[in-house]
Amino acid sequence: MTAETSGTPAVGGKSLGAHIGGHLRENGMLMALVAIVAFFTVVVRVADNVDFLSAQNITNLFLQNSYVIIMALGMLLVIVAGHIDLSVGSVVGLTGSIAAVLTVKLGWPALAVVPTVLLTGLLFGAAQGYWVAFWRVPSFIVTLSGMLVFRGLTRWILNGQNIGPFPKSFQSLSTGFIPDAFGINQPNITAIVLVALSAALMVWLGWRARARGAEFGIVQEPLGVFWARSLIISAAVIFVGYKLASFRGLPNVLIILAVLTSVFVFFTENMTPGRRIYALGGNEKAAKLSGIKTNWLVFFTFCNMGVLAALAGMIVAARLNSATPGAGTGFELDVIAAVFIGGASMSGGVGKILGAVVGALILGVMNNGMSIMGIGIDYQQVIKGLVLLLAVIFDVYNKSR
Amino acid sequence: MVFRGERMTTLLEMRGISKVFPGVRALDNVNLTVEAGEIHAICGENGAGKSTLMKVLSGVYPHGSYEGEIVYDGATLACRNIRDSEEKGIIIIHQELALVPLLSIAENLFLGNEIAKGGVINWPEAYQKTEALLKKVGLSEPPATKVEKLGVGKQQLIEIAKALAKDVRLLILDEPTAALQENDSQKLLDLMLELQNQGVTQIIISHKLNEISRVADRITIIRDGGTVSTLKASEISEERIIRDMVGRDMAHRYPERVPKIGEVLLEVRDWNVWHPEQKQRQMIKGAAFNVRRGEIVGIAGLMGAGRTELAMSIFGHSYGRDVSGSVTIGGKPADTSTVARAIDAGLAYVTEDRKSLGLILEEPIVRNITLANLFGVSKNGVLNHHREQKVAEDYRRALAIRTPSVFQKAVNLSGGNQQKVVLSKWLFADPQVLILDEPTRGIDVGAKFEIYGIMNDLAAQGRGVVMISSEMPELLGMCDRIYVMNEGRIVGELSKAEASQEKIMALILKGSEVKVEQGMVA
Ligand SMILES: Nc1ncnc2c1ncn2[C@@H]1O[C@H](COP(=O)(O)OP(=O)(O)OP(=O)(O)O)[C@@H](O)[C@H]1O
Ligand SMILES: [Mg+2]
Repeated sequence: MTAETSGTPAVGGKSLGAHIGGHLRENGMLMALVAIVAFFTVVVRVADNVDFLSAQNITNLFLQNSYVIIMALGMLLVIVAGHIDLSVGSVVGLTGSIAAVLTVKLGWPALAVVPTVLLTGLLFGAAQGYWVAFWRVPSFIVTLSGMLVFRGLTRWILNGQNIGPFPKSFQSLSTGFIPDAFGINQPNITAIVLVALSAALMVWLGWRARARGAEFGIVQEPLGVFWARSLIISAAVIFVGYKLASFRGLPNVLIILAVLTSVFVFFTENMTPGRRIYALGGNEKAAKLSGIKTNWLVFFTFCNMGVLAALAGMIVAARLNSATPGAGTGFELDVIAAVFIGGASMSGGVGKILGAVVGALILGVMNNGMSIMGIGIDYQQVIKGLVLLLAVIFDVYNKSR
Repeated sequence: MVFRGERMTTLLEMRGISKVFPGVRALDNVNLTVEAGEIHAICGENGAGKSTLMKVLSGVYPHGSYEGEIVYDGATLACRNIRDSEEKGIIIIHQELALVPLLSIAENLFLGNEIAKGGVINWPEAYQKTEALLKKVGLSEPPATKVEKLGVGKQQLIEIAKALAKDVRLLILDEPTAALQENDSQKLLDLMLELQNQGVTQIIISHKLNEISRVADRITIIRDGGTVSTLKASEISEERIIRDMVGRDMAHRYPERVPKIGEVLLEVRDWNVWHPEQKQRQMIKGAAFNVRRGEIVGIAGLMGAGRTELAMSIFGHSYGRDVSGSVTIGGKPADTSTVARAIDAGLAYVTEDRKSLGLILEEPIVRNITLANLFGVSKNGVLNHHREQKVAEDYRRALAIRTPSVFQKAVNLSGGNQQKVVLSKWLFADPQVLILDEPTRGIDVGAKFEIYGIMNDLAAQGRGVVMISSEMPELLGMCDRIYVMNEGRIVGELSKAEASQEKIMALILKGSEVKVEQGMVA
């Protein structure tokens, strides 16, 4: 047998087609996003004579969808671990109102409010994660009650009223922009430099991973694919950056998004706890028997979700410039939909951070585009629902092939 | 076919079957002819393509997804799904049991095939038929018994009853005895012969050559996805089968080894474990054993003797409740109360249930291999993907795991190769004492030899190896010492020199008698 190990004839170096086929899912959603953007660019131009890719609209896109993307990062971990968190919309409302009370009523400075509210978010997440992780109460139920409890607490704190407005310092969390260090501002040189640098960094990291792989004698994706992808992505990044630079510069929120996304990509792909969450979602018993502390990991995913929901809560409050009793209602559905559109599996163990981000962007672009076209909220919901279904059908079909 | 001097007619002919998975050519121009009324055995190494061939035949892989032609009962067979093949009387019992544990025997027997009119199930008739079918396979359980209450042996018989409920003409059994105890296997083989008398043609896949010689009329050997030979069972020796399977002669079933046994490495004393749900039930009763450096120690016993429970309760208290007793490793008391601590203390446990306890099936081989020792491929919590892949490649080579790439999902591997992945995982964890629970279940002769070789290497490095096995010849061939367990107790200990199948059985039986006597006194 030793002499015959290569008995099953393996396919040698991967062909281009095979490679793209193998990564259909990852590239598929990205292509869907590009297609949707192209679609709206054309339709909105023809029908309403509006520039969909205008600097202002791109800025709006990020400001409007930042909270969904931020929470999708946390939700992805929860779902990969085999759970769900229905309470995030209510946590957004509650943390927003706590932030409002601290800032507006008690006059705390933003620098003290932000960490305090993040900490309360952590506590809300921990309070739910505790029952899920250590008592094995189904997360659906725990977070469903969390959803009710936190919403009720929001109304109680706000006493049915809005609290606002926020001071400038707090608002800048959502509506602030990075000032131009070069003092030119039209276009914003800082923005262009930052974006160009990050595009270069991305390509360099990709290239380094490739080179190191080759060092270990590992078969790589075809060089053409690598450069094509790098080119498309950096072109898109620089285009967006340039547009933003010619308007008001990089929104603070975008920086938060970029940093958080990078951190979570690194966490899920390159760190041991991230890897373990996938293992736990794939087969909890086997993970446990491999020495993994599965319940602590589950607990962690909920704590993390709580912190991110609190961050989203503050951004939403800052954007509306007031805390309202209904803030965040229904957000959980957008967030969960984004994660599933991005390719995560209901049964756990499968899903990628970038997938969830792309999923959230697809939803966001559709919201934005359909609003510009003046499509009613009724149709919008129908269409979004169908997109979710389609994306998952695409997945299931892909698997059964 | 008078000129052949036999009254046989051909029931099935598979011609030039090829099947390709992404990156793997699982079958390459395979031919198989099965005569009506015979028991036809298929042998071959792990990953040779046996299960795949049977899945092609039974419509799991529909017509069009493979190349080649199937002629069944004189007509071309083009199944779109399992239902099509079942209509023709071709029933497959898969390598993994496919019963619904929480449903009753009767419900399972007629699942998808319910005795119903207009969607309303006729339970009295179903129960009656169930009883008749159970009798045919030699069971007397009430039809309402939940399947989870039955042992694996009986579950396997239920699978056969389920096939009989469907008017079977060609019955395919994919490793039916892999998980069975000796006497359960015998029962199953007897049943196969009985069915043959009733005119049911059968195909059996098995790695147990003695069983094949017992029941099979003809044997087809598959290697690397192609047919090597079809032979009359009466005319060939086990050695010949092995040679055709492995592609070379194998002089010994067990690799040579000169044991170099040192001081006591693992010592377990006064080990007691209670059943996780039934509070009164003690599963392990005051067990004590030890393993020395460089020693391979066997644990023999019947199914349900408590061997797996003993091992799992030691390994991080993964089984049972109120676990008590002491473990010392290398002379120092060891804390094994969680799996992580047990691993740190130098223990590893290779589970007998690789699918549900050993592997993350949807993850690639490489991630499965490093899972229990991520520290070994990371620094400050940051993984080194390249190192990880290198580790996986090394184990793939060392254990001859058959796969086009270490990025293949574990679920796509053949049973034997999955076992090697689980084994790799624990070898990479670098344990002092490795506990192997049925390590060669469902594994071909060649791969068994390799796994034995790995065990010997571990022992030669001064580690301790504990081997739990239901196959006595394997224990006798490999172990320096054998403990015998029965009903949660260690009832005896035999050195290599004194051990024999008869002695082990005698100890088991004596253990039961003691129990009975005590019961009468109490
Ligand atoms: N769904 C699949 N996708 C990819 N490869 C597969 C798939 N199913 C089987 N294979 C590959 O096809 C080959 C044949 O597998 P098969 O399960 O038929 O082996 P087998 O002879 O039954 O082995 P064993 O004795 O271990 O059960 C193996 O190399 C396996 O990895
Ligand atoms: Mg098989």
